[in-house]
Amino acid sequence: MASTLTRTLRQMPVTAMLGIAIIVAYAIVAILAPLLAPYGEAEIVGAQFEPQGGDHLLGTDNLGRDMLSRLIWGARNTVGVALVTTALAFAIGAVTGLLAATLGGWPDMILSRIVDILMAVPALIFTLLALSALGPGVWNLVMVIAVLDATRVYRLTRATAMNVIVMDYVEAARLRGEGTWWIIRREVLPNIAAPLIAEFGLRFCFVFLTISALSFLGLGLPPPMADWGGMVRDNAALITFGDTTPLLPAACIAVLTVAVNFVVDWMLHRASGLKD
Amino acid sequence: MSKSAPSHPLTRMILTRFAIGLFTLLVISILVFLAVSLLPGDIAQQILGQSATQETVAALRRDLGLDQPLITRYFDWIGGILSGDFGNSLANGRPVAELLAARLGNTMFLAAYAAVIAIPFAVVLGLLAALWRGTWFDRIANVVTLSAISFPEFFIAYILMFWLSVQMGWFPSIADPGVDPGLGQMLARAFLPALTLVLVVTAHMMRMTRAAVVNVLGAPYIAMARLKGVPRWRIVTRHALPNALAPVINVIALNVAWLITGVVIVEVVFVYPGLGQLMVDSVSNRDMPVVQACALIFAAVYILLNIIADVLAIATNPRLLHPR
Amino acid sequence: MLLDIQNLKIEARGDDGWTPILHGVNLQVGRGEVVGLIGESGAGKSTLGLAAMGYAAPGLRFAGGRVVFDGTDLLTLPDRRRAALRGRRIAYVAQSAAASFNPAWRLIEQFCEGPKIHRTASRADSETFARELYARMHLPGPDRFGLRFPHQVSGGQLQRAMVAMAMACRPDLIVFDEPTTALDVTTQIGVLAAIRQAVESFGTAAIYITHDLAVVAQMADRIKVMRHGREVEEAPTRQMMQSPREDYTRSLWAVREFRRPERALPVAGHPAIRIADVTAGYGSALVLRDVEFSLPKGATVAVVGESGSGKSTTARVITGLLPPVKGRVELNGQTLPAGLAGRTREQLRQVQMIYQMADTALNPRQTTRQILSRPLSFYTGLTGRARDERLEQLMDQIELEPKRFLDRLPGELSGGQKQRIGIARALAAGPEVIICDEVTSALDQLVAEGILRLLSRLQDEQGLTYMFITHDIATVRAIADEVVVMRQGQVMDRGARAEVLDPPRHPYTAELLASVPQPDPDWLTRRIAEGAA
Repeated sequence: MASTLTRTLRQMPVTAMLGIAIIVAYAIVAILAPLLAPYGEAEIVGAQFEPQGGDHLLGTDNLGRDMLSRLIWGARNTVGVALVTTALAFAIGAVTGLLAATLGGWPDMILSRIVDILMAVPALIFTLLALSALGPGVWNLVMVIAVLDATRVYRLTRATAMNVIVMDYVEAARLRGEGTWWIIRREVLPNIAAPLIAEFGLRFCFVFLTISALSFLGLGLPPPMADWGGMVRDNAALITFGDTTPLLPAACIAVLTVAVNFVVDWMLHRASGLKD
Repeated sequence: MSKSAPSHPLTRMILTRFAIGLFTLLVISILVFLAVSLLPGDIAQQILGQSATQETVAALRRDLGLDQPLITRYFDWIGGILSGDFGNSLANGRPVAELLAARLGNTMFLAAYAAVIAIPFAVVLGLLAALWRGTWFDRIANVVTLSAISFPEFFIAYILMFWLSVQMGWFPSIADPGVDPGLGQMLARAFLPALTLVLVVTAHMMRMTRAAVVNVLGAPYIAMARLKGVPRWRIVTRHALPNALAPVINVIALNVAWLITGVVIVEVVFVYPGLGQLMVDSVSNRDMPVVQACALIFAAVYILLNIIADVLAIATNPRLLHPR
Repeated sequence: MLLDIQNLKIEARGDDGWTPILHGVNLQVGRGEVVGLIGESGAGKSTLGLAAMGYAAPGLRFAGGRVVFDGTDLLTLPDRRRAALRGRRIAYVAQSAAASFNPAWRLIEQFCEGPKIHRTASRADSETFARELYARMHLPGPDRFGLRFPHQVSGGQLQRAMVAMAMACRPDLIVFDEPTTALDVTTQIGVLAAIRQAVESFGTAAIYITHDLAVVAQMADRIKVMRHGREVEEAPTRQMMQSPREDYTRSLWAVREFRRPERALPVAGHPAIRIADVTAGYGSALVLRDVEFSLPKGATVAVVGESGSGKSTTARVITGLLPPVKGRVELNGQTLPAGLAGRTREQLRQVQMIYQMADTALNPRQTTRQILSRPLSFYTGLTGRARDERLEQLMDQIELEPKRFLDRLPGELSGGQKQRIGIARALAAGPEVIICDEVTSALDQLVAEGILRLLSRLQDEQGLTYMFITHDIATVRAIADEVVVMRQGQVMDRGARAEVLDPPRHPYTAELLASVPQPDPDWLTRRIAEGAA
């Protein structure tokens, strides 16, 4: 056991190791945000757009709030909301996908047609439509994105589960008289766990980017919550004056998604075995 | 061979595909319509504000046809759209069609601009990465594209703006083409937003193209061609490409989704007067008729392009072209 | 000497670097000579065959030795010159023609590609040659045959078209890599005849790779036996067939002789299973028509047929996976509910299944203990000590040491061991009837024989009833009490083994038997003379 772990670590590419290190760092910052942030999330502590350095390491934003503090709080808000949304999307998508694959027939038909329709249009368009109908709010955002993203989880879960369901050992369990849930839990799930975990990473990136994009468009997390997409929008005007401060929150988003993608890429590569 | 059969299965498949596409569009239009009808609260109330009397609200409801049953309203609405009447904006009372007309062209121009560069670029790079898989080119391409698809679109947009516009001063940071510009002017003004889109779309498309081509290159008939002594370039052009065409066409169609998503954001960043910016503004104002119109147009374009891609994919599949 | 392979070493990429799979093998082929390579899976025979073309499949590499073809070492040749030899002077015929023909090209285009890139013949000449070869190989409508696409042609025809394609540049050497393994026996004989005829009439040398001794005896002048990437022995065909030197070779030969003695079946009232007038299918396509036969208690009934005969579908009807359109299945004289959902646990327990592919029959994430415990607790409610004792008993019955094997995952077992676990899982239910679906076809001969002996012993000890689905006549002869011959969803003949087979009673049985290659080197010649192919 220990030897396989060390071997896995030794064979891990630099990109994946870097990715894991970054993810851990983000997690620490998000969890310890109240301890790490020098100022409060929505606290106005200075003049507008104070330059970097001095009291405020990264300057202040358009309302005079400490940029560094908001970046740290943003880790908690943006990543937290994205995680909750992804988990919800997974719960919906994986359960329906497994049911569709195992039951087949009508349930599969109906679920698959609904998913086809939801996927026939780019997700952002549906999201914008739904948000304009439902209005702003964190929970509306989480629900809408989770449902739309669940379609992709559904497709993947159903497809991978289908590959397992055609196996003779599942037929053997059926012939034994096992129930649907037992088959899903004991025969199917253990065999599709690896691709599902990788998919969780990919879905997280996608959800995270979508929420950030919506926040950037002014439709995401409501103010005064610190959130990276919104921070770019609030301070975007600085770019034209040659100040890179608004790029910082954008970079925070990019670094995390790159890190997750590197890890997922490595996992997928491993899962596909040594196939060329 | 059954070429003389009265209805060629291929024609049948293409017609089926069109029918499914139209049906999807119909369902989407119902969803778009319902989005408003299921709105919590009352549109008439919202338009008139809290101070309006019961009578004026009721009168407006009648004017808007809100007292009619849902089905009648749907057919009125869709009938209007099919004859070019998208209703009036709630924000400024102008006909939605008028608002769209000015901006639709701009968005189409930007999307086409990006697509014309990105598609050949991505397909060629994806092909090369697949051919040279495992080499340094492939590994670098993997890391670069993986990073590019991990970046938020607005991050790429602002980096380009900061670098090429603010620091270098080569391109304008605001992409408004102004009134009646020439083509050259439009190309120059829209360059930064187009470049952003190209980068985003290329990354996605290249990765998927690579995967599709690697899949084809792993087929036993490719090994067979090598064992027949077929030269490398000929294996690629004559053996792999005809079989990779259908999957690559599907990849291109799928990536139109990234183009549409990208357009919305890029237009906001560069203050480009297109459909995406209009849609985002209208969502903020909850100007539902405009949101509905934009959503329907984006959906229709996407579905249409996917139908075309499907038909092309069917038409390049020898198994379907030459049935038993 | 046309081909001279000296001390060839090839390695495969694994988890921890490179592991050797050919350990210094020699192979000589003279002009016009056919050398047969025979061995079980993992013997390295295909790797050696491809190496004769200077080719190592992805994930493999040459690690030493020489491959000298007509005076030049292929391994030191630049890619371009090696490519110039392939197809022109050395050609290849793959196991799966369906996968190895490019689906986007007409057959004639693929035929003419070799002559075109190697500039050995004009387009018109190679088309004429193609038609000539198609005609010689008895392909239908040889003048128009080449205009078809691969998916428009049946498997046997496609395999013959691939042999024709290999001849396109009139090569000196052809590598045949299991060219008939995927085919039914009645189709195989036509392809064998086509290969024999093509090789003989052009004086082409060949390397013929197969795991089937009887096939290689027909094709080869000389046979080389391989095992685990090493040569076991080599001799001219007749000498090798009559007096093999090595024990391993002898053991391969001996398998053919395993036969269970005739025995008197207990005469009981009801048969264990009766399939009464069953018609079944998928959607509107009927796969079974009016199928009727019984499994007498304690007997082994072999259901024989080629692909598409409906033998596996019959099993699905019995187990309730596919409710029939018409007819019924009886267990001990009582009609079983048609669908799985309607059956009681007790009814399910009575009929168990063993599968062809042990790899897909065992959940790769469950240990042997988990796999075997579940039916025990599910059907008999055994727990704790009692269950552990029963587990050990089951392991003893399948001749696997409980301590060593109970906590292994299927990935840590060999093919034969996995198949034994599959048998134990069926036994754990304590069934009356076991359906064995091609349980030995995926196994090497020696391992398969072990499984057959085990099944026979278990039947004697426990009075089990077997329905034994197979396409292999040798297996039928080895173990069956009764035989059911199926073809295209219908029962052609059924009865006691001797009645059905010796001599064959039904014309289709006769054709089936006559198509099975015999270890006699003159068998194919005789069959061709009789006009069989």
